[in-house]
Amino acid sequence: MKTDNQRRVFLRGSLAAGSLGVALGSGLLPRTLLADWNKDAFGAKAMDDALKGLLGGNALEESAAITVTAPEIAENGAVVPVKVETTLAAESITILAPNNPVPLICSFTLGEGSKGFASTRIKMGKTGDVVAVVKSGGKLYSAKKNVKVTIGGCGG
Amino acid sequence: MADSMKVRATAKDGMAEVKVLITHPMEPGNRKDQKTGKDIESHFIQEISFAVNGKSALTGQLSGGVSKNPYLYFQLPAKAGDTLNVAWLDNKGEKDSIDVPVQ
Repeated sequence: MKTDNQRRVFLRGSLAAGSLGVALGSGLLPRTLLADWNKDAFGAKAMDDALKGLLGGNALEESAAITVTAPEIAENGAVVPVKVETTLAAESITILAPNNPVPLICSFTLGEGSKGFASTRIKMGKTGDVVAVVKSGGKLYSAKKNVKVTIGGCGG
Repeated sequence: MADSMKVRATAKDGMAEVKVLITHPMEPGNRKDQKTGKDIESHFIQEISFAVNGKSALTGQLSGGVSKNPYLYFQLPAKAGDTLNVAWLDNKGEKDSIDVPVQ
């Protein structure tokens, strides 16, 4: 019985901690994590829809001021290193893989003074482009890099 | 989810190079268990934030398309001695937060 009671208490505790309102109220969670993950944009199956949902538009202008660095050939699609750099005054950097089941991979909103730079590792289901979209001055600029994937990293 | 993150922040040329490694399955939810044939439940980090001395420097939204055990690298406005906070939240409500000094 004792064990069971402890378990109840523990469950109640974790439920309370899991409730964002409580966490915010007690200052456990930084203000910037608002649980406002863009469900529609990340649920989109097409890149255009994802961009529209996330950034409010999908008219892209190719820009030489953005550099996307990724390997020519990725032997393992589960881990593809991607680096995006831009000299534009970037408000946000978004990385997409249009051939993935979920094209939208990640999007970063840059605060004041943060450099137009983002580097991470992504999954790619099959050969295709890695697209970087930079929002600057209310407009969307893009650059891409084709990556050949020999073993896909989505599904299985 | 304590100790899920390794963070290194190094001051360089007026900015800080911030490298983060997070231990997380980043399961997108479209895979099947090869033995049982059952769907594997999605479990991935959805949001991440970086703050320098309490001021937001960068926020990110992620999908399951980010590799398992995510690695992230940014250049943020910070100098040696500043405090960098990194926090994440996943689709199951799990979260973690860490404060590290900029070196």
